[in-house]
Amino acid sequence: MEGDWLPLVWLLLIAFAIFMYVLLDGFVLGIGILFPFAPSDDDRDAMMMSVAPIWDGNETWLVLGVGGLLAVFPIAYAIVLPALYLPFIFMLLGLIFRGIAFEFRFKADKSRPIWDRSFQIGSIVATFFQGVVLGSFVRGFETQGDTFAGGTLDWLTPFGLLVGVALVLGYALLGSTWLIIKAPGKLEDWARHVSVRLLFAVLAAIALISVWVAFLNETIQARWFSLPNFYVLSQVPLATAVTGFLHWYTTRKGYRLAPFVLTMVLFTLGYLGLAISLWPNIVPHEIPYWEAAAHRDTQLFTLIGAIITLPAIFFYTTYSYYVFRGKVQRDLTY
Amino acid sequence: MIDAVLLARVQFAFTVTFHILFPAFTIGLASWLAMLEFLWLRTGKPAYESLYRFWVKVFAVSFGMGVVSGIVMSFQFGTNWSVFTEASANVIGPLLGYEVLTAFFLEATFLGIMLFGIGRVPRAVHFFATLMVALGTLLSAFWILAANSWMHTPAGYVYEDGVFYPDSWLAIVFNPSFPYRFAHMVVASYLSTCFIIAGIAASYLLDGRFPRRSGLTLRLAVIFASIVVPLQVVIGDLHGLNTQEHQPIKVAAMEGNWESRTNAPALLFAIPDEAAERNRFEIGIPGLASLILQHDVDGRIAGLTDVPRDERPPVGWVFYSFRVMVGLGLLMLFAAWTGLYHLWRGTLETTRWLLRLFRWMTPAGLIAVLAGWFVTEIGRQPYLVYGMMRTSEGISPVPGASVGTSLALFVLVYGVVFGAGVYYVLKLIRHGPVDVERPAREGEATVRRPLSVPADTIEDPV
Repeated sequence: MEGDWLPLVWLLLIAFAIFMYVLLDGFVLGIGILFPFAPSDDDRDAMMMSVAPIWDGNETWLVLGVGGLLAVFPIAYAIVLPALYLPFIFMLLGLIFRGIAFEFRFKADKSRPIWDRSFQIGSIVATFFQGVVLGSFVRGFETQGDTFAGGTLDWLTPFGLLVGVALVLGYALLGSTWLIIKAPGKLEDWARHVSVRLLFAVLAAIALISVWVAFLNETIQARWFSLPNFYVLSQVPLATAVTGFLHWYTTRKGYRLAPFVLTMVLFTLGYLGLAISLWPNIVPHEIPYWEAAAHRDTQLFTLIGAIITLPAIFFYTTYSYYVFRGKVQRDLTY
Repeated sequence: MIDAVLLARVQFAFTVTFHILFPAFTIGLASWLAMLEFLWLRTGKPAYESLYRFWVKVFAVSFGMGVVSGIVMSFQFGTNWSVFTEASANVIGPLLGYEVLTAFFLEATFLGIMLFGIGRVPRAVHFFATLMVALGTLLSAFWILAANSWMHTPAGYVYEDGVFYPDSWLAIVFNPSFPYRFAHMVVASYLSTCFIIAGIAASYLLDGRFPRRSGLTLRLAVIFASIVVPLQVVIGDLHGLNTQEHQPIKVAAMEGNWESRTNAPALLFAIPDEAAERNRFEIGIPGLASLILQHDVDGRIAGLTDVPRDERPPVGWVFYSFRVMVGLGLLMLFAAWTGLYHLWRGTLETTRWLLRLFRWMTPAGLIAVLAGWFVTEIGRQPYLVYGMMRTSEGISPVPGASVGTSLALFVLVYGVVFGAGVYYVLKLIRHGPVDVERPAREGEATVRRPLSVPADTIEDPV
């Protein structure tokens, strides 16, 4: 029902879980994307060790996002997943090759190059198809009632592919700025060098996508460019430009934490722009979030669990990051 | 036209069969690790430390494969069964949500500390991390089996316009078959792990490697199995009685019983013929099925012909899988009690035929788990939600070609992943629970060979 607080809370919670996934697995996938370009094999070891103890928890946010969608917005779940069947399958296969590389690479001797490839290609495929999913989501789906009614390859559009490429660049930027924090010595210098280049590519991609989105759909165009919306909403691209400049400056000047934080700000602004474009629909241009929501008791019961467990999850996740803080240890093994 | 329903079923069956192997193994292994670490903390003996460090590596590989194959499952509800999901998400969605919130984060986060935290966190904290991983595996089993059991014995819901709505959460979670299924599965997981551990220890003993550590392991495993296998027989019997109450046709398929009758035999062998509605080459013990299921030789057992053909599960699959499960269960009972006898006599580690039996039975528990799942899931057919929603009604509006393509990819990828995973686990086993090396000197990179496997003794594939 429109105006009910409960589905709104859930919309924010699930948007938050998906965003946590994008940020946290984003930098891990970014490490994978950058993997073959690292200067040496020792550097690759260090890159992998910088995420090995925490990647698993990071990936769990994806399961929370998709599981939460199932529980609380089943109608959206039941439209979006069949609509994007193949991109999701390809993403999952990518995540499989990325994930097993963590376990197999350090146990391999001669076959190690295979798992290097598995790590890199898995990361790129997973990221690219996450971008395709996002791009297709923004474009919207053909539906009939509560069911997807489009074709198998509807996701295969220039816009979807562009977002796929953009996300590969974006995650690579997250990965390289993570490395600035974690990498020892020369690898940190390399990461700074890469970050600056990636930053310009990402900013260009953001600009291109923003313009394209505005012309994708009349509703989106009206939302951004009608008055007085324009005065308020134009702050988002302005903030993006300022963040971009600060990012460039801090990366060049040797700041360690700032580039990573500013990359997260860039992602936040992009996410905000997306939310502004699509609000209040959970199936874009078709179904507002309250109409896709589960029974009220279902939302309430699940919310109780989330309220009890999420603080604990934050606590022990923070603790595990604290345990593995600082520059990566080369002797980290089990 | 490709049959999308059949392809979707095969795909789910394939991905979940592959997936369940790893949770089934790691549920037991996590508890085994917790016990080893407890003993290590209490006694300070290096044997426990080296066993812990050995098994934690095996755990890492298995858990990793469980995670990557598990994420696929969370998407399949939508990609392949979106209509079912839309109808039932109000009821089972929260159970999956609770699984993520209470179990997945706990396991995944503390796994990092468990694997990489030795020497970096206090030992008590490390033990706590191991306990949390073990707890996470059990909580995960709790929620997913609650959801699965609800599909077998739906309860606590209101059904309106093709959608299930929650009525009582207590009744939904603790639906009639859940306590039995949960107990049966957790114990099955423990036994699967127990027999894998025993099999590997027996292998080492046969090869004369790590005699003390392997002897210790085998003794612990035999004591555990000799108590828990009979317990599992009792739980399985209770689970069977519960199934008879709620899904009598599944039991009829398990027994290969076509006509409802008293004094029903327990069939040792038969070839069920679905077209003729009878068995060929039937060999059975008269009255035993009635005795087991009704605790009375004259008890009445439901027959498959009690319901129309389109209400029956595929009989052969259920019938044979059930015999594989029970047969392996009895074999495990024999091995465990024979082992206990030799333990008492002091000849456990020298009785070579028994060691060879344990070695052959390394995968026995896992095979029994798969057979058991085949019985219960195929036995639920043709329903997705028993008695309420047919499997054919729950499928996504996705063309058969897409499902077929993804199925082919899953088979290929899982084949590669599983092959590599087994290879690396075998490599770890060949290396064995060796003495723990002291930390390398400052600045010396050990990352390249964390298992310190000499490259000249063990060859890599390719």
